[in-house]
Amino acid sequence: MSFLKEFFAFLKENKKLWLIPLLVVLLGVGGLLIVAKSSALAPLIYTLF
Amino acid sequence: MKILGISAYYHDSAAALVIDGEIAAAAQEERFSRIKHDDRFPHRAIAACLHQAKSNIGEVDAIVFYEKPFLKFDRLLETYLAMAPRGFTSFRKSMPLWLKEKLFLKNQLLSEIRKIEPAFSEEKLLFSEHHLSHAASAFFASPFERAAVLTLDGVGEWTTTSISVGARESDSTTATLKRIQELQFPHSLGLLYSTFTTYAGFKVNSGEYKLMGLAPYGTPKFEKLIFDHLIELKDDGSFRLNLEYFDFCTGIKMFSPKFEALFGGRARLPESTITQHTADIAASIQFALEKVIARIVIHARAATQEKNLCLAGGVALNCVANGKILRSGVFDKIWIQPAAGDAGGALGAALSAHHLHFKKPTPRNKPATDWMRGSYLGPQYSDQEIEAELERAGAVWHKLMPEELIARAAKSLKSGYALGWHQNAMEFGPRALGNRSILADARSPETQTVLNLKIKFRESFRPFAPVVLFEKVHEWFDLKTESPYMLLVDAVHHSQLRPSQQTNAALFEKLKTQRSTIPAVTHVDNSARIQTAHKETNPLLHALLPEFEAQTGVPCLANTSFNVRGEPIVESPTDAFRCFMGTDLDALAIGSYWLEKSEQKPELHQKYHQSFSLD
Repeated sequence: MSFLKEFFAFLKENKKLWLIPLLVVLLGVGGLLIVAKSSALAPLIYTLF
Repeated sequence: MKILGISAYYHDSAAALVIDGEIAAAAQEERFSRIKHDDRFPHRAIAACLHQAKSNIGEVDAIVFYEKPFLKFDRLLETYLAMAPRGFTSFRKSMPLWLKEKLFLKNQLLSEIRKIEPAFSEEKLLFSEHHLSHAASAFFASPFERAAVLTLDGVGEWTTTSISVGARESDSTTATLKRIQELQFPHSLGLLYSTFTTYAGFKVNSGEYKLMGLAPYGTPKFEKLIFDHLIELKDDGSFRLNLEYFDFCTGIKMFSPKFEALFGGRARLPESTITQHTADIAASIQFALEKVIARIVIHARAATQEKNLCLAGGVALNCVANGKILRSGVFDKIWIQPAAGDAGGALGAALSAHHLHFKKPTPRNKPATDWMRGSYLGPQYSDQEIEAELERAGAVWHKLMPEELIARAAKSLKSGYALGWHQNAMEFGPRALGNRSILADARSPETQTVLNLKIKFRESFRPFAPVVLFEKVHEWFDLKTESPYMLLVDAVHHSQLRPSQQTNAALFEKLKTQRSTIPAVTHVDNSARIQTAHKETNPLLHALLPEFEAQTGVPCLANTSFNVRGEPIVESPTDAFRCFMGTDLDALAIGSYWLEKSEQKPELHQKYHQSFSLD
């Protein structure tokens, strides 16, 4: 719960509330991907995340 | 006030302890875990820092993480959104990691910290910003009271390049570090250079040094292509990448097929033969990088009106570009954070919290050089501890007085020994600066090949760096200032050069030409990556060089990191002995102890370099 509060505060502070609807969709898809268990990234790319 | 800085979960995790504004200790996790670029929570590095400062975690007033995870997540989401639907492959791979771990980094950090101190309060955990951490590591560790601060790297949260102004006064609480301009992802010099690194067949985040070392073998024949197609450079040094040629926003590679087509073919496969084309690619991107940085530096001077420049961020480890900034004379003085990469972010996070968050004063007792103490900020071992470790390892040694050790080392180096040199406190940052080093005779034409192929087991084209007595640097190199962190490249002094006999030699044949009186450390363009040895920060090394000079006339040695390819630099005496027995090193000096290879038990010899994955 404290995570959600902090994340909401972050979005508000940074004027990024417009991201919320997209977040819901993206996180939903992301959640499904966790279930699908992806493989790790090959070291071909600079770690961007 | 005690502040612990941490970098982790990206690459090169590290810890740094700042006590009342002074850097008490700093170390990288990889040195202890023995995993190169280890990105896990730096438990061992924290323990080492606290042990060194005779502190415990309960006494720490704040722990500062070096970047802001939410802001980074925001960048990821907005990038995927901007690129959709093209970034789905990357999205599919990154989201599970973020949703399971990285988005909840605060909880994860608290959980790891509470393994050390169960009563650790959440309020004591702070977050800096990636480029603020870099800028703070550069400015607050520098000798300057005012400076322009330039950070250049791949990417942090959003920022890739920033210009700030730092100001402070001794014993005052009014230190400031104000960012005045920045460039944001995906327009990044670090990512541009890394793209060419992978195209040239080297690994991202370790192969950039190789690309820089390869550049003098080539000619920058693709420079125009780079500026015509890849990067739009403005007069003020700001730039934009043409994303048609890059795949890092949406894919799992750095470059796109269009990039390969532009540069005349498929990327070089790792470990395959290096061709003249690869060398020309290296020369071209190095040339382009220097051109962009030169413009940024000119702009930074005009925008800040400052006389001094501090640098940090991974691109600031490009010592060829640094040398050119210095020689351009745009700024009166420059200072580069020796741990300019992400490990140094731990230090910057702690320093920024001290000066900017808690508004604590700059300490009064300013050292003669800078606040980094030569970057010798890691663990050190007493003779008693060394002897116990050597005993356990089954080593055969001779205990010597300091002057005997120096005389024996100088004599052995003169006779062609490759010498493991493990002394005093370990270095913080990617360079071995004479405390966890392999030393060899810079005069010998064989040194470079022997060190590369029989000791380091690495590519034969890679040059070695000289460590030279600071007082004599001007006699041997064109460099007119100190370079204690091996972060400046300059030419070997003309009085030391020999007439070149093979100016048109093909690719690596150039390496065989005797270019100077110190061929082991003279690159094919007659340059050298110089380290100056100073009495204030490394009295032992500073004493060894005159002894070597007395025997040979040369106050300069070849200095390379004490490790084999793919291995983190040795940390403990045990690590040093293992590396000694796994390579063709002739002798090892650890503290007061001298070990000859020929006297060691044959059964202790091992071939362990294959246990490390190639970097």
